[in-house]
Amino acid sequence: MISADLNVILPEIVLSLFAIFALLGAVYTSKDKTGSLLVWATSVVMILLAVWIGMTGTGETRIAFNGLFIEDGFARFAKVTILLSAAAVLSMSNDYMRARGLLRFEYPVLIALSVVGMMMMVSAGDLMALYMGLELQSLALYVVASLRRDSIKSTEAGLKYFVLGALSSGMLLYGTSLIYGYAGTTQFAGVMNVAQSGSTSLGLLFGIVFLMAGLAFKVSAVPFHMWTPDVYEGAPTPVTAFFATAPKVAAMALFARVLHDAFGNAVADWSQIVAVLSVLSMFLGAIAAIGQTNIKRLMAYSSIAHMGYALIGLAAGTQLGVKAMLVYMAIYVTMNIGTFAFILSMEKDGQPVADISALNMYSKRAPGKALAMLVLLFSLAGVPPMLGFFAKFGVWQAGVDAGLIWLVAASAVASAIGAYYYLRIVFLMYFGAEGDDRLDGGQNGLLTGFLIASAVIMVVGIANMFGVEEAAIRAAATLVN
Amino acid sequence: MGLSPTAKNERTPDPGKEPRDDMIGIEHYLTVAATLFVIGIFGLFLNRKNIIIMLMSIELMLLAVNINFVAFSHFLGDLVGQVFTLFVLTVAAAEAAIGLAILVCFNRNRGSIAVEDVNVMKG
Repeated sequence: MISADLNVILPEIVLSLFAIFALLGAVYTSKDKTGSLLVWATSVVMILLAVWIGMTGTGETRIAFNGLFIEDGFARFAKVTILLSAAAVLSMSNDYMRARGLLRFEYPVLIALSVVGMMMMVSAGDLMALYMGLELQSLALYVVASLRRDSIKSTEAGLKYFVLGALSSGMLLYGTSLIYGYAGTTQFAGVMNVAQSGSTSLGLLFGIVFLMAGLAFKVSAVPFHMWTPDVYEGAPTPVTAFFATAPKVAAMALFARVLHDAFGNAVADWSQIVAVLSVLSMFLGAIAAIGQTNIKRLMAYSSIAHMGYALIGLAAGTQLGVKAMLVYMAIYVTMNIGTFAFILSMEKDGQPVADISALNMYSKRAPGKALAMLVLLFSLAGVPPMLGFFAKFGVWQAGVDAGLIWLVAASAVASAIGAYYYLRIVFLMYFGAEGDDRLDGGQNGLLTGFLIASAVIMVVGIANMFGVEEAAIRAAATLVN
Repeated sequence: MGLSPTAKNERTPDPGKEPRDDMIGIEHYLTVAATLFVIGIFGLFLNRKNIIIMLMSIELMLLAVNINFVAFSHFLGDLVGQVFTLFVLTVAAAEAAIGLAILVCFNRNRGSIAVEDVNVMKG
């Protein structure tokens, strides 16, 4: 019995054992000199695990530890996305971190542990597993945010993230305790039987609201977004790139998991709340980003807006909605990896630059990279020929199907407002004033490779998504039935 | 916990039920927990002095949750809530350790742990 259970969580065990032995090995040998090696080893392990999880997916649902842990198509889709994006961000960060003396061996270990937490989150079948996965992820992320421990900004980012993250965990837990009390169980399957639309008890409703407030913090949906811009700005850029990718996918997947697995019979009770979170996020993300000059802050508001669009899929409360949300997150992560590869390569005299005015007339100095960035920015804005538009189109379709026409209309308006700040960067790169604060050429082959690859996917993806869409359909079918 | 043994047989909590004079019902526990939780949240938002007080407020919130869990666990006659409490206690300890570590780093750089000094970035 126990061996069958352990077999189900084998990928998580492998990654945690890797993290533990990497930590021990680095402490007993040459410490930070092993940092670079560990970064590569961690990315390779993550890619291998992603291939393993993706290949062994036979389509059946396996439940371990009496329902605490669920391994199904939905979990597999989310895990492969999380592992691949974490591996990509890790390998991008190597040169940046080494050049600034930030490549401590704890960095890849902490990232690996937070990824274990995320894999736990997306497979949670019980409120207890949900909480433990979420905390494993968050505790590791608080530390990486303040990785540059001699910088005021980085430690302040870590402190703000910690205080607000702990507050959100507290709210989530309070909701959890109410759900436990009024449903009599912490298992999603048990809660599902009690939480019926229309007859949900008041205590259970309070529980759902507190739980959703806690999760909204983790996906940085308005009004629980206050930490995002400061943490994105203060944390070292590779860490910001990580925050913008894997944890967002995990939190979104967890959101979908809880809402559909535990409260799938009470869609009417939560879909309005999700719709409000969604519309607020889209508008705040679009409007607040307009005045930003720091590109990391701008990406923070961009991620808030994108979470708003992805939440439309959840607000729909249907299988189509979950599928659209998964496709949206996969495309969003790919775009963000490319964009952050560009931001990581922005430096002047070896110092990182985050001010967007440094991009004035960038197209003259590096036409290829400027063109790739143009494709990515168009895609982020959702301009029709790019893949980013089809991501939005997918959630709109799900929204219209579920009768949320007002939400879809609002999101079209928000998307038009939001296009302004993406296109402003394009304008600066191609028609800006010629300044003297020019960036270095930035001849980092790996970063350029990620940037170009991501831009190419945004164009090629229109014709062929390489099975991502089919996988998302299968994943959504296992979650919603 | 000072509860009469008959309370164990109540399968569903009923906050609206009139309490007997000689017994502490679940609603009392829920009220205490809710009060502590709200004090914790107010401590986080209204406190303008010291970050240590924020950490204490966070602990207060988690302890309120623990009271909830143990009370529900007792009244449902189900052990899961108490197991959950043990997990929450463990995680709260880890959380406090990490929070204090970050606070020490911040204090080294800024020379202060006053809430009003956490203002390098404005958001």
